[in-house]
Amino acid sequence: MRNLVIEPTSKTPKVILNSDLGIFEITGRSIPEDAIGFYRKILDWIEEYSKSPLPETVFKFQLEYFNTSSSKCLLDIFRKLERMHKNGNKVQIRWHYDSDDEDMAETGQDYQALLDVPFELVPV
Amino acid sequence: MSMTYSYYKNMQLNNIIFVYQGEVTADLVSSILQMVENKLEGEGEDRKVKKRVFNVMVECLQNVYHHLDALPPTDPSNPVRDKTALLMIGREEKDYYIITGNHVLNDRIPELKSRLDRINRATKEELKQLYQEILTGTGFTEKGTAGLGMIDIARKSGQRLGYDFHPVNEKYSFFSLEARVSRIPEK
Repeated sequence: MRNLVIEPTSKTPKVILNSDLGIFEITGRSIPEDAIGFYRKILDWIEEYSKSPLPETVFKFQLEYFNTSSSKCLLDIFRKLERMHKNGNKVQIRWHYDSDDEDMAETGQDYQALLDVPFELVPV
Repeated sequence: MSMTYSYYKNMQLNNIIFVYQGEVTADLVSSILQMVENKLEGEGEDRKVKKRVFNVMVECLQNVYHHLDALPPTDPSNPVRDKTALLMIGREEKDYYIITGNHVLNDRIPELKSRLDRINRATKEELKQLYQEILTGTGFTEKGTAGLGMIDIARKSGQRLGYDFHPVNEKYSFFSLEARVSRIPEK
């Protein structure tokens, strides 16, 4: 399948979804007014990928800021990864955050508690 | 021109970093965020405080962008422009404050007021629960926001939200919302 790369802007993160290299990353800030519009193609890509995923999928999130409309879209991504995991695929979510950013650590913990998929908090 | 100095003194006296009155567009919101972020950066504000102020600012500004009820241009109490709002950011000794003001339909006041009161009564733990319920619950409201904005503002602020509804006419009121972020970082 085609890889998806989105360059960052002042309101949207850098996205790399590369199934050839096994790189799955969303990094930067995510504060668009229209989060649904931004995340639609990412969700579509993951949906397509989940039909025949790699033996192992490690998905890295490293967000500096995100707004509440992005938070819902992030949950939608996690839910798709959770479904892959429940279907017997090896999936891991890695939530990277600035080690002195308690808010971002707490948000990671919130998501972790809501999900049934390996979800690792990685202070950097 | 004689008003200029009194505007200046007034802003200085009230510790206003930034004030804007006018139409709120997505580009404007971006520009304000950029400008205030640069200013906080330049003044060497504590990193945690800076992040929190930025977060609260994003939600407050986008909240106005998504939810203001525009007065029709023909409305007598709106002789100047449609879709205008007030955005204000200031810094006091202990707190940053972010104030927004915009028109809302009177019909929406009871619902808004009860939501704000509920948020203001909630403990930290209750706010977290409420946030998770909405996050996992009903999906987006028709305007594409998650209904989470005010809860997030309250969580990041850690203080009660100030608000006021000023009657404009039989149809509209002017809604102001104030969120504060402490400048003393938690240990």
